[in-house]
Amino acid sequence: MLLRHTPETLTDRSALTVNPAKTCQPVGAMYAALGIHNCLPHSHGSQGCCAYHRSALTRHYKDPVMATTSSFTEGASVFGGQANLVEAINNIFAIYGPDIVAVHTTCLSEVIGDDLGQIINKALADGKIPKGKRVIHTNTPSFKGSHVTGFANMTQSMVQYLSEHTGKGTGQINIIPGFVEPSDMAEIKRNLSMMGIKGVLFPDTSEVVNGPLDGRFHMYPKGGATVSQITSAGDSAFTVSLGRTASLSAAKLLDTKCGVPFTNLDLPIGISAMDAFVDCLRKTAGVSVPDSIMVERGQVVDVMTDMHQYFYGKKAALVGDPDQLVSLVQFLTDMDMKILYVVTGTPAGEKFEERIRSFTGDDTVIKYGAGADMFYFHQLVKSGKPDLIFGNTYAKYIARDEDIPLIRIGFPIYDRVGHQYFPVVGYRGAMRLMEKILNAVMDRQDRDAPEESFELVM
Amino acid sequence: MSTNSNIAQDDTAVAQEVRELILKKYPAKVARKRAKQIIVNQIEDNDQAPEIMANTRTIPGILTMRGCAYAGCKGVVLGPTRDILQITHGPIGCGFYSWLTRRNQTRPKTADGTNFMPYAMSTDMQEEEIIFGGEKKLKKAIEEAISLFHPKAIGIFSTCPVGLIGDDVHAVAREMEEKYPEVNIFGFSCEGYKGVSQSAGHHIANNKVFSKVVGQIEQHVEGEYRFNILGEYNIGGDAFEIERIIERCGMTLHSTFSGNSEYEEFASAHTVDLNVVMCHRSINYMADMMEKRYGIPWFKISFIGAEATAKSLRKIAAYFGAPELMEKVEKVIAEEIYHVEAVRQEVKARCEGKTAMLFVGGSRAHHYQDLFTEIGMKTVSAGYEFAHRDDYEGRKVIPNIVVDADTRNIEELTVEADPTRYRPRKTAGELQQLEQREHMGFNEYLGMMAEMKSGDLIIDDLNHHEAEVLMEKYKPDIFCAGIKEKYVIQKGGVPLKQLHSYDYSGPYAGFRGAINFYREIDRMVNSNVFRFIKAPWQKNPELSGSYAWNR
Repeated sequence: MLLRHTPETLTDRSALTVNPAKTCQPVGAMYAALGIHNCLPHSHGSQGCCAYHRSALTRHYKDPVMATTSSFTEGASVFGGQANLVEAINNIFAIYGPDIVAVHTTCLSEVIGDDLGQIINKALADGKIPKGKRVIHTNTPSFKGSHVTGFANMTQSMVQYLSEHTGKGTGQINIIPGFVEPSDMAEIKRNLSMMGIKGVLFPDTSEVVNGPLDGRFHMYPKGGATVSQITSAGDSAFTVSLGRTASLSAAKLLDTKCGVPFTNLDLPIGISAMDAFVDCLRKTAGVSVPDSIMVERGQVVDVMTDMHQYFYGKKAALVGDPDQLVSLVQFLTDMDMKILYVVTGTPAGEKFEERIRSFTGDDTVIKYGAGADMFYFHQLVKSGKPDLIFGNTYAKYIARDEDIPLIRIGFPIYDRVGHQYFPVVGYRGAMRLMEKILNAVMDRQDRDAPEESFELVM
Repeated sequence: MSTNSNIAQDDTAVAQEVRELILKKYPAKVARKRAKQIIVNQIEDNDQAPEIMANTRTIPGILTMRGCAYAGCKGVVLGPTRDILQITHGPIGCGFYSWLTRRNQTRPKTADGTNFMPYAMSTDMQEEEIIFGGEKKLKKAIEEAISLFHPKAIGIFSTCPVGLIGDDVHAVAREMEEKYPEVNIFGFSCEGYKGVSQSAGHHIANNKVFSKVVGQIEQHVEGEYRFNILGEYNIGGDAFEIERIIERCGMTLHSTFSGNSEYEEFASAHTVDLNVVMCHRSINYMADMMEKRYGIPWFKISFIGAEATAKSLRKIAAYFGAPELMEKVEKVIAEEIYHVEAVRQEVKARCEGKTAMLFVGGSRAHHYQDLFTEIGMKTVSAGYEFAHRDDYEGRKVIPNIVVDADTRNIEELTVEADPTRYRPRKTAGELQQLEQREHMGFNEYLGMMAEMKSGDLIIDDLNHHEAEVLMEKYKPDIFCAGIKEKYVIQKGGVPLKQLHSYDYSGPYAGFRGAINFYREIDRMVNSNVFRFIKAPWQKNPELSGSYAWNR
């Protein structure tokens, strides 16, 4: 057994986190910043943070993840990081020539109390920021929230620094997609274009961290929302933000700063959440839903009904990030699966629990924030075994020990490819999820069936 | 003029041109500093290498490969040991990122033997602890860990904010040890801002393991020819292969620091008769301190490469000096080399003359050159991520290394001979005789540069811009670095071998490891897959004829 020291019996733990179901803010901010075209994310702190975040994102995407660091030493930690950041900004523009640098803090620079706005102004005053180039920042203290919070904070800062209301008609709407994969962002754009809607989607990491191999390294790949697109978001007619934790704060700010009204929806994972998204787009943009989308939706319903016997009553345990969990739980309950446990290390709040309960009822164990780690999740799994586990790569240790199939979803996925290229959002994404679930369930049935009841046709 | 010196002259000219090209792009201040860290190798007759600047601050804003002291301490040195329970004191990130990502394999002696390695433990510091202090939560976390896991030893690893808010992890360790005397509890002040790279963390880890663990237990497993390997971390199962070979030779590997290791092996490590050092950078402190306190001699060895493995085994056997041991070792080498040689010849035929670059770690960029040489490949440029001048130029330069503020912040332990346990393993005369007869190289490491050619380009703390210029100018057949560099290089159509994680393969140490490495490099430099980069219509874009519809 890999996790041989995990007992089934729960004991009180208030100080020790074991096998976290979250990580820290800066990695989310770095990922969000990659979703701006020609942007170099910058980590203001010790260089270890930047190395860890780049490594984590690189392992997850198997693609280059470029970001710089202020490389604090003990001196900078004592005297403040201003000199390091000003020097970094100068070097970055001279050597790497981005259009924009997106700085996030770390626990170190937060504890020191570096005022990033003031330092960036100093760099500007000192002539370290070339004309027409931008430096933006967000605060991402690692001792609050989680990687999802960091993503939300950087997205919000994009609005804060870049979006402007000029009163110009744009005929476009904004989509804030949340902490999802590049494949998901591309899928959302595909749906918009099928509906004939002009949209600005930010951040947009598609074709940034899932780029092609064409024989040349591109420091700034083709993808990403451009600065002018994000600027124009202030003139959009409407914002649809997807996911409370990752996207709501940016949508709210667009409303208060630029007067762009918004609706916040669940991530469009699964049929109900995608239905809500399409319905919202249809109404706000005043378009009808095209046949092409109706075909994709109908195919999802077709598989849901054709294969219902394999979904019905299957018990699921989920560990991951709040926005994904809400939509996934709804989708699984739509297929008559039973939800045993839902765990996230992100302090997702009561609304998260209420939303999950609205789908599952009272029997489901839900835990978020402090004490909600994968050690606890594993103890739950031991106490009453589910048929399926949904989680990131780290859940494979539990899956192996308990001999339960794992559906990989969330961050990080270090040991499989697919998430970069194939979405889980949209009707296409719902189809992919169903295929994954069915493969897991049916492979298990094939493996465990007595010889006499080994089925050819399923 | 001989052909060799002609080649060296040509290489030097190329290297100088590349160096100029790299420096041209930098702002003046950056260029001045980097100029001292980018050196065209020039080896004189006395093996004297040119001076290189190393172990200095990374320039802010530079896309560096380097990590931090916490990574060096918790991730590298302590990470591979399975039964010291490790608690990261700080916000969640550091504990999360160091969770199983280094591929240290381990094999508990029994199916239910202690193994904490799949567990990441953290105090997950919140804003409240940042403001009011985290010691209370740390104490509670230790108590919870003891009641859940019953460890023999607990290590506490400090992250950046811990030092700044003034939490005293050492005081907490002492207090908790008084409360739980059966548990050895110790803290590491390995905040990420210490030093200039992972290297500071290695030193901090060595100090604490030496002062709090080594020498705690006097009992030891009996066996002949007992020694420790220092600086072997069991990435991809390297330690298993080394253990296999040493067992075949009839020698006793008492403990490895720290691949596939256990607390009690560290605690009784001072009872052996020899220390051999694999990764000089990360653990030379331990070798020195154990010699001073307990009288255990040390020399450098390497189990990377079949030749190096054979040579290292012979050195260890010669040290013990028993004729039957030396005979046994020769027999084992002959048998193992037989298998290695068949594969080596086959692979060499396909790899001969191809070129490699290695930018990684504090030893690996040196050690792995041997494996490339064995299959006829040439290293044209190399450098370390976090090494010091002695790893480049040899330990003889240590007295001349200027100790700067960043190094001064890392504690240097004063170690004296243990009043009761200091026991010279050999007399001065014996050591001198071994040195003369067998060229053991006690307390010596010649460094990487002396073993590279004149005209090779040596770059310390390589960064992204420099890697791009190297790729463009040298067009190597393979590039060796880490995960952050991997896909950057591969997008350019050149395979990158990860020498930290081995790309989830291995082992590469020892004889079987050499075979694995030859085959792996053969796969990479002669692969079929990169030829698909250009589509047929890109290779031959002109249009001839058409299938236009007849309208």
